[in-house]
Amino acid sequence: MRIFAAFLCGLIFGLGLVISGMTDTMRVLGFLDVLAIPKGMWDPTLVIVMVAALAVSLPGFLLARRRPRPLLADAAAWPTRTDIDPPLLAGAALFGAGWGLVGLCPGPAIANLATLSPAVILFVAAMIAGMAAHDVWRRGAAKRVLFAPDG
Amino acid sequence: MAPFDPVSAAIGGALIGLAATLLMLLTGRIAGISGILGDLVDLAGGDRTWRLAFVVGLIAAPLVFAATGNTLRVPAMPGWAIAVTAGLLVGFGTRLGSGCTSGHGICGVARLSPRSIAATLTFMIVAMLVVAITRHAM
Repeated sequence: MRIFAAFLCGLIFGLGLVISGMTDTMRVLGFLDVLAIPKGMWDPTLVIVMVAALAVSLPGFLLARRRPRPLLADAAAWPTRTDIDPPLLAGAALFGAGWGLVGLCPGPAIANLATLSPAVILFVAAMIAGMAAHDVWRRGAAKRVLFAPDG
Repeated sequence: MAPFDPVSAAIGGALIGLAATLLMLLTGRIAGISGILGDLVDLAGGDRTWRLAFVVGLIAAPLVFAATGNTLRVPAMPGWAIAVTAGLLVGFGTRLGSGCTSGHGICGVARLSPRSIAATLTFMIVAMLVVAITRHAM
């Protein structure tokens, strides 16, 4: 049941991306192009998508918070951190740079695999390589700290 | 450029919010795509089955969309060098920054998390700067 629920959520999420136009890189870049605002050529789609998504998820998460546990799992994995640290901001900046270059973030990139576009497949392969590179680097750094004689 | 369609944008956005809410209510997980994919391909990760199911659903969505009489458009993409560079940046950045547009932008902002609000503002501003340079200064 839990696996089917995850599949269904992925499907609804993906349909939302496709219907809203967020799998269209030109639409996303059209939103990010703020210098087009004075020319009247700016695409406000992403703002509407964000507001509509938050209009559902904000009350939805409040409801989920009040429930003792999820329907199909023993406990909810709510994020607990509240600190704004350098890795958070550096990571967000690197992600923003890549997002601005192509107009693809991870969700639309994966959904667009369905189009079998070679460039999208290449992008997703590079994205996975970037994720793996980060994890290897992070684990190496953790090990070095662990075994450093002076801590 | 496709004409602005606020109704489709609102319906699609609401579906994204619904999916994030359902995943939390049913499975207790945050619908952060970079986290789901990252932990799925991480060799040291566990609990892969639900992550794989979510990703399969995400890839199936455009096919369902096309099967119901809609046209599936192949997105405009840059040359391979830029596609690879951007992919590496998105992959590394989302892991280092613990999230992307979905985990921080939709789920984190809905939780009013200061971390997610800071991350969302950062990636939005940087992406806007990059587009300003690539579209207007080059």
